[in-house]
Amino acid sequence: MEEKKVMIQLKNVVKFFGRHKVVKSINLDIYEGEFLTLLGPSGCGKTTTLRMIAGFEEATEGEIYLDDVNMEGKPPYARDVNTVFQNYALFPHMNVYDNIAFGLVEKKLPRAEIREKVLNALEMVQLEGFEKRKPSQMSGGQKQRVAIARALVNNPKVLLLDEPLGALDLKLRKQMQSELKHLQQKLGITFLYVTHDQEEALTMSDRIAIMNQGRIEQLGTAQDIYEHPVSKFVADFIGESNILEGYVTKTDDATISVRFEFGQLDGIAASEFVDEEMIYVSVRPEHVKYSQKPVKDFHLQGIIKEYIYAGSSIRMIAELPNSQEIILLCHPQDTLPATGTDIYLYWNPDKAVLLHTNEDKLYDLIEDAVLK
Amino acid sequence: MNRKKNQKPLGMLSISLACLTYLFLYLPIIMIIIYSFNAKESNLVFEGFSIQGYLTLFQNAVLLDSFWNTVKLAVVSTVISVVLGTLATIGMHRYRFKFKGLINGLLYIPIVIPELVIGIAFLVTFALAQMQMGFVTLVIAHVTFCLPFVIVNIRARIAGFDPAIEEAAMDLGATKRRTLTRVTIPMLTPGIISGALISITLSLDDLVISSFVYGRTMTFPIKVYGMVRGKITTDVYALSTLMIVGTIAIYAMAQFIQKHFEKAHGQ
Ligand SMILES: Nc1ncnc2c1ncn2[C@@H]1O[C@H](COP(=O)(O)OP(=O)(O)O)[C@@H](O)[C@H]1O
Ligand SMILES: [Mg+2]
Repeated sequence: MEEKKVMIQLKNVVKFFGRHKVVKSINLDIYEGEFLTLLGPSGCGKTTTLRMIAGFEEATEGEIYLDDVNMEGKPPYARDVNTVFQNYALFPHMNVYDNIAFGLVEKKLPRAEIREKVLNALEMVQLEGFEKRKPSQMSGGQKQRVAIARALVNNPKVLLLDEPLGALDLKLRKQMQSELKHLQQKLGITFLYVTHDQEEALTMSDRIAIMNQGRIEQLGTAQDIYEHPVSKFVADFIGESNILEGYVTKTDDATISVRFEFGQLDGIAASEFVDEEMIYVSVRPEHVKYSQKPVKDFHLQGIIKEYIYAGSSIRMIAELPNSQEIILLCHPQDTLPATGTDIYLYWNPDKAVLLHTNEDKLYDLIEDAVLK
Repeated sequence: MNRKKNQKPLGMLSISLACLTYLFLYLPIIMIIIYSFNAKESNLVFEGFSIQGYLTLFQNAVLLDSFWNTVKLAVVSTVISVVLGTLATIGMHRYRFKFKGLINGLLYIPIVIPELVIGIAFLVTFALAQMQMGFVTLVIAHVTFCLPFVIVNIRARIAGFDPAIEEAAMDLGATKRRTLTRVTIPMLTPGIISGALISITLSLDDLVISSFVYGRTMTFPIKVYGMVRGKITTDVYALSTLMIVGTIAIYAMAQFIQKHFEKAHGQ
């Protein structure tokens, strides 16, 4: 197998703001030419991680390598990475041409070369003829294109993008997503993209790193993460999941049962759980099925609470006796039982994910409590 | 449309009141301009058009001398105030330090303290320091009362900055110093200019504070004040007219620059 070259390497990177531990020992290899997304809820440390790579923040512990060179102590202007900021951060006193030329002027390139590169960059982001405009005379989408051109014209080793489309409206955002993706594929530049929008991450990225409270919870392709979330947080955060909390009863070495407050699953092939362990069973709405007769191994009874029509599909909300809601996706063509009907829920056991409850959480809580 | 509906036609009373107000405001100024062209030295009757007042003015060596002193003083103290003010504002904006709020608040004190008190304070200070009163003490005093206005103006601009803009410059390869000269200062320029213009006008017509510390360096306002205590001569009218024109020119320039930058920066 061909060895992929590591472009950015984070080794045990930790960041404290005062006594607040914002990034908790991140290890991450980003390959050359890859589109990697840091995805996580607001406040989980994505921007801080990006800023440490750009050089705006110094890591408290750990090392950051760019193309095998340790970046410790290097100021932003000595790092071969460029950033696209969320609010564009264009220079308001310069026109579009001078904005894009800024980095090239700093590199003291000859004028003719600067001109050629700037015009190429403008063409690349489809803004030919806008050279003389001031940022204040442009729309949000156009400003973001200028910001992208201003960064890419320097041909950085890595382009860092911090929620670059966050300020745009939905339609423009979708369009810019595909443009950015195409641009990245064409140029082959490594992109490190930050967003809290899971859909954006799923559609654009080669790999996604899911961040939660300063840690990377899972790293993998969109499909990997969607189909095999490793924690309740990931299952919840990416797409929609029905998550049931229950206790393990070991039947033998290879099979377990899971007891819920109202119901039970039998004959599940799993060996990595111990007796009486608390676990989560996570199933996507599209995998949950219903029957009006009892189903073998599935002892999960509920009633149909309501239907929600969502265009091409219908969402059935079923309620368990403990009033937990389970969401199912149905086809509009199906003849659907009336609300209030008793049903039995089941699914293909391969499609359900069994998750350990997170001991790390407890550890985090203790650590935070001790530090504060 | 809406506007027309909401605005009632002016009543007679309002019109007369408005006229009176404007008359009250501008009559003295207009009188000065008219009398500056008076053929005879009289502030009661206009005895024919003449530019004699202006000619005498330009032959009054002492007055012209004091005028140049004042211009020099205004330029020097404005340059110093702008340089100090710009650096101080950037520093105060960029760095966090103890008592920042207090230091910010202290800035306004010279603005609100009566000039008389400031003048006395300088008199005492310079006397204690055994400094010779003259141009240097004037510059120090003028910088002190101009600086807060300069800082207030620049700070109004810097407050609206997105800190990411300076980071973007560094991200694109500009060192700290290059970021300062290529991005920070150009972005502050409108504030710097309006601060400088205010500083110039304040310094040009300062009478109270200067009169405590001028020593042998006669400034223009002090000289003029001395002249009008006796009989008001036509050259004083001429001088005042020129000052009115000059002040309006500076004010118009400030407005123009402000408009120009607002358009360019879209703020
Ligand atoms: N300069 C700073 N000083 C103190 N705390 C900060 C600073 N920057 C970020 N934080 C804190 O660090 C945490 C992570 O922030 P950030 O990296 O911006 O998250 P994200 O980009 O994922 O929303 C937040 O709790 C935030 O309040
Ligand atoms: Mg962020």
